[in-house]
Amino acid sequence: MNIGKQRPSILDKSLSRGKTEVSLTAYALLFSEMVQYSHNRVNSVNELHNKLSELGQRVGIRMVELLFVREKNYKRETKLLNILLFIKVTLWKSLFGKEAEKLDRATDDERIYYLIEKEPLVNRFISVPRDKSSINCAAFVAGIVEAVLNATGFPAKVTALWHKGTTYMIKFDESVIARDKQLDGR
Amino acid sequence: MSRQNLRAIDPKKVSGELFTLTYGSLVAQLLKDYENVEEVNRQLERIGYNIGMRLIEDFLARANPGRCYDFRDTADKIQQAFKLYLGVSPSIGSWSPGGDEFSVVLDPNPLTEFVELPDHLQNLRYSNVLPGVIRGAAEMVQIEVLASFIADSLKGDNITEIRVKFVKRLEDAVPAGED
Repeated sequence: MNIGKQRPSILDKSLSRGKTEVSLTAYALLFSEMVQYSHNRVNSVNELHNKLSELGQRVGIRMVELLFVREKNYKRETKLLNILLFIKVTLWKSLFGKEAEKLDRATDDERIYYLIEKEPLVNRFISVPRDKSSINCAAFVAGIVEAVLNATGFPAKVTALWHKGTTYMIKFDESVIARDKQLDGR
Repeated sequence: MSRQNLRAIDPKKVSGELFTLTYGSLVAQLLKDYENVEEVNRQLERIGYNIGMRLIEDFLARANPGRCYDFRDTADKIQQAFKLYLGVSPSIGSWSPGGDEFSVVLDPNPLTEFVELPDHLQNLRYSNVLPGVIRGAAEMVQIEVLASFIADSLKGDNITEIRVKFVKRLEDAVPAGED
């Protein structure tokens, strides 16, 4: 069909500088369609969260590539705290135009961190049905965070909870904590 | 610190990259779920149609565009809406002699910033949500149109072009239910 046409490679284009903006309405309606699409294909709240997380993960993986080239000058993060700050500051600013509100550490489990956001962009126009009040569509954002952590070598599971607005609970793999302690020891 | 951090925050706007990547993730999900490119094209159009039906309300409230007296008015308003919602100004042109058909030429297409079609997906109409939005929005103001891509720079064409054709005015339309 396209024989004879030379398609320019995407790598010949210069990298997006991240300055373009679209209207919030357009984004909200697109996201709403994604939630409805996902909702029609699942049987439980848990499955819906997984589906939204999966959609977010594809975004997260690409953001890692983009931000480490554009904002971090190809330099990777090796420390746990630094990658969390990267997410709270750099990633959040690129995606949502502001930092996430708060980063906390669980007092009883050193593997668990909390990233807190009062009103996630994706939840602004979503009203949760009363009989399914545990639905939190920020599972999409949790997916983004999880993919960023996995792609940068900090395997973790991230879930979105209703707590002080929305709290993303980040539970790191045991190996991440062990490695971080080892790095600290040097 | 990067310059990006100095960007003024407009609460009515979101990052174009977030939008592009989110849309891309949806397309990838559809490809995974349907495993059939034609069906994905159809689904994307339908998603666009649903968005268009709701978007028109926002457009009427925000831009106060007034009535369309002919199809050229409609074309102008579609152009205006692209600017308002996607931040791009497509050119309108290639009118048919009867004035019932025109082209919307997108340069750039904000949906395809990071996109390259693999060889086995050459039949995918990646941005098929856009003609769907046009059809859905027009239907809500009682204009039935046909809209589809006739050229796409993702497929090696020089431009990205959506053809919009007037079909008929809908009289006394009952509001369409949600599909």
